[in-house]
Amino acid sequence: MAIIETRGLSKSFKSRRGVVEAVKGVDMRVDEGEIFGFLGPNGAGKTTTMRMLSTLMQPTGGQATVAGYDLLREPAKVRENIGYVSQAGGVDITMSGRENLILQARLYRVDQATAKTRAQELIVALQMEDFADRFAKTYSGGQKRRLDIALGMAHRPPLLFLDEPTTGLDPQSRAHLWEEVRKLRNEGTTIFLTTHYLDEADALCDRLCIIDNGVIVAEGTPDTLKHQVAGDVVTLGLDTRNGAIMQAQALLGKLSFVREVQVDKDILRLYVERGETALPQILRALDSADIVLQTIALARPSLDDVFLRQTGRSLREEAA
Amino acid sequence: MRLLTDTWLLFKNYMMSTLRQPVWILISLFTPICYLLLFAPLLDKMIVPSGPNTNALTSFTPGVVVMLGMFGSLFVGFSIISDLRAGIVERLRVTPVSRLAPLLGRALRDACLLLVQCLLLVTLAFILGLKADFWGVVLSLVLVIPMGIALASLSYAVGLMLKSEDAFAPLLNFFTTPLLLLSGVLLPLSLAPDWLQGAAKISPFYYIVNATRALFLGDFSDNAVWIGFGLVIVLAVLCVYWAANIFRRATA
Ligand SMILES: Nc1ncnc2c1ncn2[C@@H]1O[C@H](COP(=O)(O)OP(=O)(O)OP(=O)(O)O)[C@@H](O)[C@H]1O
Ligand SMILES: [Mg+2]
Repeated sequence: MAIIETRGLSKSFKSRRGVVEAVKGVDMRVDEGEIFGFLGPNGAGKTTTMRMLSTLMQPTGGQATVAGYDLLREPAKVRENIGYVSQAGGVDITMSGRENLILQARLYRVDQATAKTRAQELIVALQMEDFADRFAKTYSGGQKRRLDIALGMAHRPPLLFLDEPTTGLDPQSRAHLWEEVRKLRNEGTTIFLTTHYLDEADALCDRLCIIDNGVIVAEGTPDTLKHQVAGDVVTLGLDTRNGAIMQAQALLGKLSFVREVQVDKDILRLYVERGETALPQILRALDSADIVLQTIALARPSLDDVFLRQTGRSLREEAA
Repeated sequence: MRLLTDTWLLFKNYMMSTLRQPVWILISLFTPICYLLLFAPLLDKMIVPSGPNTNALTSFTPGVVVMLGMFGSLFVGFSIISDLRAGIVERLRVTPVSRLAPLLGRALRDACLLLVQCLLLVTLAFILGLKADFWGVVLSLVLVIPMGIALASLSYAVGLMLKSEDAFAPLLNFFTTPLLLLSGVLLPLSLAPDWLQGAAKISPFYYIVNATRALFLGDFSDNAVWIGFGLVIVLAVLCVYWAANIFRRATA
């Protein structure tokens, strides 16, 4: 069963400087009970899409159903059935974490006693016992982030939107949050999250979309996406002088086991069938053509390679 | 009914946050108290008491009460700008909470604080020797509270529209000083030349100050009283209605 389904969802911003097309006709489907990821570089349109789906922003085109209701016609119903944690958060620093949580649950019409129990559960689940009763003003960035996320879960929504949930968390809190998100999923909550961390998308998401410039460029489980790249990736560092790169590109592209060659400044990337047998042959070919090799590396394909294949750019560099 | 329960919930919450820093209640009392202590004594010799049971404070205190209501309320919009920046407004928008509850909850909190501040101020004035009709003073507070609600709503809506302190502060400055001087808060405008009196008639606060002065004197049948109450009610309805629309649109 689909819990989110969009058709041609788009958003353009008009300003004095012209029109920014932030999201250009997104079609996607998120199934009930999965962790669905939205992976893309800065400015790709992740937040914009999420804000439209959570009723915060009116789409300029397309339609969507969210949690069983039409986004445009029944936004109030949608709101009752979702939780949303924005990229920037929304903690009230004049109250303690616990008070924030209780109020949030009460705003969803949970009664006082249940709201209190719920707050306590979340404080334990997100390991906030040490600071939950202090003023939120005194929290560190990561502590505040954990409270943000807990606020999104205060009313146990069947669908939870998390915009870059782990940004600003230390590795330990991050791993812990992943566990918590998986637990939520196992209890039946659907989670829609955005991230620009490749490892996060890979390890956490059941399925994901890669979005770039407002367009979805790939969709599937992390494994199917990586398999689309097929085979292994050999990365060669070459001397940039004397057109060695061009020479090597022409030479290696002719080898039968090389599926694709990409040039990225002084780096040559080869998609090959079997990396371990390809390496010696590549070395021999370069050697016989007198091309000096500076570095060589072999890797299994990552989601970054998927992104690269689709867009010609590396997500890792964009994020850096 | 959801609007009422949501408003009540947020009101309690805003009130709790404010009461944690009670010093703020006193801070906006500071200026009016200064006027009572440091300015009113100058008037003793200037203003001739209009009757046996009156003194300079009888005509001065009502103006200071209105001034407290004006300034305390017009500046509340700053708080919504910081809430906006902290993402709190947006977090509330995604909840099913009634769109107007955040506005009404805040305005109600402000009204309560204003009432407490007015009571403190009037008590101080009595201690300083104010002679005034008791029920007139009570009715004046009844008059000033809806004015406070009107101005606070206005301030929140404008804050929500401008979204930045840098735009909000100069706008407030631009309007408050002329409005204050034209309302005859400090001295009755009967002392003013004709053109100034004419100009004052544009300011709604002029009528409100006149009404509170009449009330302090116990002149309940004075037309100024009716005009004042009528004006305050119209002002409150218009401002809350307009602010509600801004809130609804900004947080749709
Ligand atoms: N209110 C706005 N007015 C104009 N342009 C906007 C507005 N909001 C977003 N944009 C533009 O839309 C594009 C998509 O922005 P969005 O915030 O969705 O990116 P994102 O994928 O969430 O990026 P990040 O990883 O940096 O959070 C960007 O180019 C951004 O500058
Ligand atoms: Mg974003």
